[in-house]
Amino acid sequence: MTRIDQTFARLRAEGRKAFVSYIMAGDPDTATSLAVMKGLPGAGVDIIELGMPFTDPMADGPTIQLAGQRALDAGQTLEKTLAMAAEFRKGDDRTPLVMMGYYNPIYSRGVDRFLTDAKAAGIDGLIVVDLPPEEDDELCIPAQKAGLNFIRLATPTTDDARLPKVLQNTSGFVYYVSITGITGAAAPEAADVAPEVARIKAATDLPVIVGFGITTPEAAEAIAGIADGCVVGSAIVKDIGEGRPVAEVLARVAALAEGAHRG
Amino acid sequence: MPDDRVNSFMTGPDEQGRFGIFGGRFVSETLMPLILELERQYEIAKTDDTFWAEMDDLWTHYVGRPSPLYHASRLTEHLGGAKIYMKRDELNHTGAHKINNVLGQIILARRMGKTRIIAETGAGQHGVATATVCAKFGLKCIVYMGAHDVERQAPNVFRMRLLGAEVVPVTSGRGTLKDAMNDALRDWVTNVRDTFYCIGTVAGPHPYPAMVRDFQSIIGKEVRWQLAEQEGEGRLPDTVVAAIGGGSNAMGLFFPFLDDPSVKIIGVEAGGKGVDDRMEHCASLTGGRPGVLHGNRTYLLQDDDGQILEGFSISAGLDYPGIGPEHAWLHDTGRAEYVSITDAEALEAFQLSCALEGIIPALEPSHALAHVMKIAPTLPKEHIIVMNMCGRGDKDIFTVAKHLGFDMKI
Ligand SMILES: Cc1ncc(COP(=O)(O)O)c(C=O)c1O
Repeated sequence: MTRIDQTFARLRAEGRKAFVSYIMAGDPDTATSLAVMKGLPGAGVDIIELGMPFTDPMADGPTIQLAGQRALDAGQTLEKTLAMAAEFRKGDDRTPLVMMGYYNPIYSRGVDRFLTDAKAAGIDGLIVVDLPPEEDDELCIPAQKAGLNFIRLATPTTDDARLPKVLQNTSGFVYYVSITGITGAAAPEAADVAPEVARIKAATDLPVIVGFGITTPEAAEAIAGIADGCVVGSAIVKDIGEGRPVAEVLARVAALAEGAHRG
Repeated sequence: MPDDRVNSFMTGPDEQGRFGIFGGRFVSETLMPLILELERQYEIAKTDDTFWAEMDDLWTHYVGRPSPLYHASRLTEHLGGAKIYMKRDELNHTGAHKINNVLGQIILARRMGKTRIIAETGAGQHGVATATVCAKFGLKCIVYMGAHDVERQAPNVFRMRLLGAEVVPVTSGRGTLKDAMNDALRDWVTNVRDTFYCIGTVAGPHPYPAMVRDFQSIIGKEVRWQLAEQEGEGRLPDTVVAAIGGGSNAMGLFFPFLDDPSVKIIGVEAGGKGVDDRMEHCASLTGGRPGVLHGNRTYLLQDDDGQILEGFSISAGLDYPGIGPEHAWLHDTGRAEYVSITDAEALEAFQLSCALEGIIPALEPSHALAHVMKIAPTLPKEHIIVMNMCGRGDKDIFTVAKHLGFDMKI
């Protein structure tokens, strides 16, 4: 069992929904993002998604694009992101860490070397946006072998015929992208998302977490209410981008987490 | 042509959309069902005579194909070696080879019932071609163009607007061609139902590299029979040369000759200020290494961390940090040779073509011509070189004037 599996087992036992939050590693600099990261579990975050900056984030909206640019401009590298994770792990052995991003920086480092380093840094799972099931041999299969969860995105365009293929090599949880669009786009209605979540849950025993477009505690509550939890990214990243103090960012996170946990 | 399929260079890509290790389908899940559907529809269209009949009709009456194969006699004489032919794709409607591919994709889009066409453009040639065909068919057209390119290619921006297209200046990233492609992909992810993404070169996820190559292959197919007509039955070129941005005009010329071992194939990348560690160039094959971007694995300009670098070239149409995956494969297998030409060399070739042949070339084929200038004098007179004159220079006269110190203010 990875930390992700353990976390969901615990939440299930407690009858609670998961709150997953995304931040961009190195935004606006390594020290600040590490300070935010360290504060997330205390603010109620159950699983942390740590964004790996990339020059060409083709599935991201302006908020996360700019966060990646700030991080890269401040000199963030995959090496530094792995070091951040390791540093976080020194003080927290419980909260699952999922690295999220695009394939090229991983491919450039070398898949085997990356997996060894990620495992050593205390990473539990990976979400790599531009690796659909058709490219599973690249990273998904090696990652599972190395003991990391490979978390796949399911989307509104993933129809019933395709769903088994998407679920096949997925582990940890399924991330349902509730809209056709990029991160930070308009919020979905929980009532519209519910049948989609039910459709996926009928096909898998894995927890289904819903993300994209959630910005308020109310929306977090509504969406978490129809799934096993929800993800918030852009709303938190936006605060960081506006240069708000760490405590203020974490207060926002706490409010969102409370919303999700009410769901 | 050898019927030995095992040793053929013309059977790619495989089922995974790969040319060797290159190519593939590295896209988000939202797009995956769309590109699978596109592949399915293209496979049907490809073997449907009515599809090609419609293409042929428009190629003939709308684009003006076949484009001439022209013996550049004064250039040949001046260089004093190989016999030089130019494939005159700059005479196509809209002034470049881009429309060959756009017609194919738009006819396919119409068959698929798509009503909204999106495209990325660098120099604006692909954008103009897309806007043109959309105007002809009454389709909505949105063109993503890097903010920097909007500035340096102002005449093409105005052309697109005249043709009814919406031009969206892209400021994300560094506001260049690769960012325009990112924004087009973001649009497609958002508008999955009615939108067709018309990619302008042999890049992107499978099936684009193969599909765009197939549409552009009309260039090489024509060269085959045109040369036989002028030089005698069975006479093949000894060398074919083309410039490479993403690599579509080059693939179009090269593909029909891949299984003719006597034909030497040379792709010319943009060397900018020189291919060295200052990275002020766009030579992905000579100055990059394999990586994954825009849906495929290919050679990319990137740093040690796998972050994509900006290219640099005097030619906006060559200013792309990647190259089509089939070229990456032809490079690694050694079937084709890839070289680079600097801005300064391209400018010299540009002027020579004007002076000796009365042809004002685009800056992109000026790169191909510059390489012809290097090799022709070293080759015997019987040696036939065909270079792809894939675009005319109207769009570039402002850039060239600036570099030659000529004041264009009227
Ligand atoms: C005239 C011309 N040639 C070449 C190119 C580069 O594209 P490709 O390498 O796909 O032919 C362009 C792109 O705008 C162009 O306008």
